[in-house]
Amino acid sequence: MRRTPSRRRTTATSMAALTAGALILAGCSSSSGGGTTSSSATSDGPCGTKAATTLTVGLFGTFGFKENGLWDAYKKVCPNITVQEDVVEQSADYWTRLKTRLASGTGLDDVQAIEIGFVADVVQNHANQFVNWNSVPNAAADKAEFFPWKWGQASNAEGSVTVGLGTDIGPEAICYRKDLLAAAGLPSDPATLATKWSTWEDFIAFGKQYEASATKPKDSRFVDSAASIFSTAVYQGTEAYADASGKTDVANSDGVKSAWGYATQAAAAKVTAGLQQFSPPWNKAFSSGSFATIACPTWMMGYIQGQAGPTYAGKWAIAPVLPGGATNWGGSWLGVPKAAKNQAAAVALVQWLSAKDQQVTMWTSAKQGGHFPSNSHAAADSSVASATSAYFDNAPVGTLFGAIAGKMKVPPIGLYDTQIQNALTTQLTNVETKGTAPDKAFADALAAIKQVTG
Amino acid sequence: MTTISPPTRAQRSHRLPGSRIAYAYVAPFFAVFLAFSIYPWLDTAWVSLHEVRLSTYDQSTWLGLGNYVNLFSNPFFWNAFRNTVTIGVISTVPQLCMALGIAHLLNYRLRGRTFFRVAILMPYATSLAAATVIFLELFDSKLGLVNWALHLVHLPAVDWQGSRWPAQIAVSTIVTWRWTGYNALIYLAGMQSIDTELYDAALVDGANRWQQFRHVTLPGLRPTILFTIVVSTIGAAQLFGEPLLYHNGMPDGGTQGQYQTLGLLMYQQGWTNDRLGLASATAWTMFLVIVVAVLVNTTLARRRDRQGTLSSLAPKVRL
Repeated sequence: MRRTPSRRRTTATSMAALTAGALILAGCSSSSGGGTTSSSATSDGPCGTKAATTLTVGLFGTFGFKENGLWDAYKKVCPNITVQEDVVEQSADYWTRLKTRLASGTGLDDVQAIEIGFVADVVQNHANQFVNWNSVPNAAADKAEFFPWKWGQASNAEGSVTVGLGTDIGPEAICYRKDLLAAAGLPSDPATLATKWSTWEDFIAFGKQYEASATKPKDSRFVDSAASIFSTAVYQGTEAYADASGKTDVANSDGVKSAWGYATQAAAAKVTAGLQQFSPPWNKAFSSGSFATIACPTWMMGYIQGQAGPTYAGKWAIAPVLPGGATNWGGSWLGVPKAAKNQAAAVALVQWLSAKDQQVTMWTSAKQGGHFPSNSHAAADSSVASATSAYFDNAPVGTLFGAIAGKMKVPPIGLYDTQIQNALTTQLTNVETKGTAPDKAFADALAAIKQVTG
Repeated sequence: MTTISPPTRAQRSHRLPGSRIAYAYVAPFFAVFLAFSIYPWLDTAWVSLHEVRLSTYDQSTWLGLGNYVNLFSNPFFWNAFRNTVTIGVISTVPQLCMALGIAHLLNYRLRGRTFFRVAILMPYATSLAAATVIFLELFDSKLGLVNWALHLVHLPAVDWQGSRWPAQIAVSTIVTWRWTGYNALIYLAGMQSIDTELYDAALVDGANRWQQFRHVTLPGLRPTILFTIVVSTIGAAQLFGEPLLYHNGMPDGGTQGQYQTLGLLMYQQGWTNDRLGLASATAWTMFLVIVVAVLVNTTLARRRDRQGTLSSLAPKVRL
């Protein structure tokens, strides 16, 4: 019997990855940097240890700590600590890897980032594997600094266990192409738009005017996608994808119901460009002008600058309004696994990173913007409020997003928010581009969600 | 065909120490095979009988055949199954036919023959990710070269991403492009092992090139063809990378699952939906499907072989 040669490497590898299961993967993934110290003593000073130590920090995408010089700054505070980043590009891949490591209890970094998409899972299933921020030194002082809802999202229902300290939050406004609205003969100054876009009905009606314009660019649509409207409006409900106890609930959610209504209205009115968010065609459209507006959490500012490039500086602007009321999209936390080799030093680093001064730096830095502070003391700082963005036509982003952050309504989050939102927005793309009936699309989305929830 | 006479008692006792060393030499392979093939294989079977999520790996609950029952009544599974079959057919059949033709041409004395032989292997050596990105650009519904060409000949634009058949054809095109050269080289090697005297004899009998191809080359290649059919069937059943990258790395196979294969479904169940039990059940079902498909193909090909008039000329290569 001759062995058949392995033909498709990708297939073979992924098959192996799946069939090998968690144990094998865990065995291969240990890459923690070596420390030289124990972490039990509490008298080791503000850095958690006095010995020369390398801390590994597990992150996904671009957190901006390195880009904004925070690691260098920490070297000055704690000369004995060296920080080493362990970055995975996609947060979904990062989460799979983190789960594998948590299941096996090995290979965990000293600090692990936790995203809003899986923080509920960490709280529900892995809280006992992370340092509880309610029982570290200075716990009460830490807690007092954060927006209460941000602290709550990383805590259990009783509030006794908290798995991470917040990094950024994503208060939302509307980013728009000033030049395209002007070309369509419509108002394009932020103050006027704020009055015209206070509800989703108004926003869609304004979109119809844009579409009716004879002078706008021919291939340009008003808003990038129905998903843009949906993903924002769903978090304006009292419930998004989970009830107050954190149990998945899509069919009875007021947020899903109204958001689906607005998104399908926008699709029916043909004011959407029908692009799948975060797909290559969507990325290209930031500079091609295929759409004039987009729902814009603070981190989207960085995304737009990256995709559209310096040529479009001053053409993009931000309206100080979110149709339907202020809410949040995204955000992360930093947690310390109990299995971390250098626990005390890791706790000290996370506390330093989440403190007011560092969060102010993250927001005001010119290099890597868009990280709005989750630390409410930082958010209230005058240098945060006075921040403006030259790229977005000198928008007063500090006061603009600060005002929204101050009055945000944030519904409970659940275990499968990411997958559920993905199933619903995928079906919205079908409504937009293939004319699928909204009811049929919703039924299809529920079927796909059933595959996730079981 | 030669037969090897069994070793005598004396020979056998002489060979024993040597064969012990041989066991030691092959041991590393089997150790790795045990750890990375047999163990995961059995573990996957065990996991497939449970409700398991990676996030709560230590809290699995026994389901028996529940995951399999779920799978066979699951429209997502049957959609992926159908897609795997149709994409498999529209990628493998033209691929092998073209490979045969190309190998036949390359078997002639051409100027720059070595160049062509190396050139047809280039797609195989190209990174799958890079190739798929290029094909995505070619098949772009708005700005792609393919729709531009259709426009030139006054044909309507095709939605190569959103519509079921065009999307499956596009994915199959990537597979075909990538593997045709590889199969052509295998066929070429098979052709070169056919005795030239057979061609000379056919020539004397007045056979033209086409008749030579049909009555000498094809029968001579039967074992090779059988081999490529088996390997291609396995490859088609496991198709994963092309459809994954064709939807920008998302395992849903298009917004309506129009090109989601079994491999993608398994990945989606396991890693996106975090249902390892169900994904393992899919993995085992895929394995059985592949075994059945290979058996059916081999039987069909063997039966045709027996009917072939010149099959006795084919060298007996056993798989």
